[in-house]
Amino acid sequence: MTAPGGAEGVSERHTEVAGGAIRSWWGGDGPVVVVLHHSFGNPGWLPFHRELSERSTVVAPDLPGFGGSAQPAWARHPRDLALLMAWWIRAQDFGQVTLVGCGFGGWVAAELSTMSPELLAGLVLVAPAGLLPKEGRILDQVLISHSEYVHAAFEDQKAYEAVYGTDLTDELLLAWDMNREMTTRVAWKPYMYNRRLPPLLAHVQVPTLVVAAESDRIIPRSCAEQYVELIPQAHLEIVPNCGHAVDMEQPSVLAGHVAAHLPGAR
Amino acid sequence: MFLSYFTEQPMSTYPEDEGLAAGFTSVLFSNKFFDPVEGSRLYRERLAEYRLAEEVGYDGIMVNEHHNAPYCMQPRITVWSSILAAVTERAKIIQLGNPLPTYDSPLQFAEEIAMIDMISEGRLVSGIVRGAGQEQICLNANPAYNRERFDEAHDLLVKTFTEDGPFSWEGEHYQYRVVNPWARPLQKPHPRIWVPGVFSAETLEWAARHRYPYISLNTPLHLTGQLWEIYDNAARAVGYEPGPENRGYLLRVHVQDTEEKALECAREFMWMQGQFTGVGHPYWVSPSGYGSPDRRLLYTKLANGLIPRINAASFEEQLASHEIVAGTPDQVIAALRVVLETCRPSILMLWGNDGKVGHPDAMRCIELTGQEVLPALREMGDELGLHDPFALDTPVSLAYTPPDQLRASTGTPV
Repeated sequence: MTAPGGAEGVSERHTEVAGGAIRSWWGGDGPVVVVLHHSFGNPGWLPFHRELSERSTVVAPDLPGFGGSAQPAWARHPRDLALLMAWWIRAQDFGQVTLVGCGFGGWVAAELSTMSPELLAGLVLVAPAGLLPKEGRILDQVLISHSEYVHAAFEDQKAYEAVYGTDLTDELLLAWDMNREMTTRVAWKPYMYNRRLPPLLAHVQVPTLVVAAESDRIIPRSCAEQYVELIPQAHLEIVPNCGHAVDMEQPSVLAGHVAAHLPGAR
Repeated sequence: MFLSYFTEQPMSTYPEDEGLAAGFTSVLFSNKFFDPVEGSRLYRERLAEYRLAEEVGYDGIMVNEHHNAPYCMQPRITVWSSILAAVTERAKIIQLGNPLPTYDSPLQFAEEIAMIDMISEGRLVSGIVRGAGQEQICLNANPAYNRERFDEAHDLLVKTFTEDGPFSWEGEHYQYRVVNPWARPLQKPHPRIWVPGVFSAETLEWAARHRYPYISLNTPLHLTGQLWEIYDNAARAVGYEPGPENRGYLLRVHVQDTEEKALECAREFMWMQGQFTGVGHPYWVSPSGYGSPDRRLLYTKLANGLIPRINAASFEEQLASHEIVAGTPDQVIAALRVVLETCRPSILMLWGNDGKVGHPDAMRCIELTGQEVLPALREMGDELGLHDPFALDTPVSLAYTPPDQLRASTGTPV
């Protein structure tokens, strides 16, 4: 795992929201981009964060109950996490931010966009969960091992190894299981989608980029296409040669797409 | 001693080669291999065996519940309980146990329990369990809230049994604007609640704190001392002295006229232990959020293949350690003396038949056990002071223990 403390110019902060601390890593300068991680968590200050931080201020929080953030025992739905993250954004005094959500984090970002659009200058949903796919089925992590699931997020296993290495260390396994437990707490049933989200997306008047991976084995492509249909100002980019974890497998490509979506660049 | 009959009711006629090829026989093992014609035959045979068990003198018949697997044909514990309530006259119906967290309506479950208790004329023991991890998956009950749901459903159940309605219930997991079931248990204050388990310290302590007997499910005999120590410490901390009346033990016991025949049938107990069936992936057995936090690393390593699955000991080893007892009545009586002296339970569940033991052999096992083994066990129980909750008429729980029977706590509350 990447040690964020070792990355030059990256700082770690803790912010109290609704009685629990949310940890975040900060790097770079310029317009603020907040990156929400996958259900299997954020393993560190990744190349995606680093590349993006050359053009913006990148802030990578651990969602409540994930990684280094406290578990809100009362939170029972991703919408609860979105509420907490909206209050977390307000607490930073950012003004408007570009919100990037990857996979499960894309679902949280989409929920947040329906309740607090005034906080957002832009929205980027990367292989997002949150909608029941019209075609195919979201891969159910409950039925497979942690390792199988995270491996399934990559098309090229070398890209997996570049992020996670070749050993399943105790630290990695514990982090994955804590993150899976929190995912279970909020997204067990229905798994990874919300029937109450689609009707609200029509009101999201935020410039939105939806990114789909060409070879996503976790979230069917149709989910990304449905977001594009539902959000008025949305367009779709497809990243070739890539699995679900676009931020980890094609960091430069994704950083380029996000940079092009920043205020002033569009 | 309270002596009960048990069989897990396996669907023993599924194609085992399909299970071996799949590498697992639960959760996702297709039910296209379930044969309802065979299922019907097996259910009818179990019914005849239960009737015989009562006839030959068993005090109780234990039933349980599992899902999506050939090792158990009881996906709803109250169904067999209802049948037994109607077709038996004397034997108690021992549910070990009702997987409370998997039920979305504990109120409706309370209604079923009340009906069974009345129809059986007060013969129900309504045990409760958290349910194994895979049961949460099969019934889509969130494993991360398993213990919360267990605690809340238990509290609601007891209140429904013991307090007059109507009242409302506003819990975290269950809400009812009206709790007022027109079905109430015959037994007062409520049917006895026993708690089965396989050695979870949290569950042992929980049972002890409520003064519910704990039924150890085939825990290796040499570990039962540690198990009772956990229970006893928790019991003393809330002010009562536990004894054999708080202890139950489930054990595989097969009796036949000859040792050779008994061993042949008892080998079928291995069927349940991963050689042919009962195989599930570790991430189904303990999904994230289900287990104790202090075992998180162990279970996660198991789930990701870093620790090999523990295979069951060999048949011969299990015979030697008395995890399986088999033989002629005299041989079984001698072995069970060791078990009773070591474990000191007052409640003994005799797991008689499993795997592909045929109906005639199962019937003979029950008959011989009833005629020759049960009387000897009763004598042994008296000799060893193993008096059960019914014989001692113990309170059903700590909440219903008269204050003058409790003394000041002797330990740190747990």
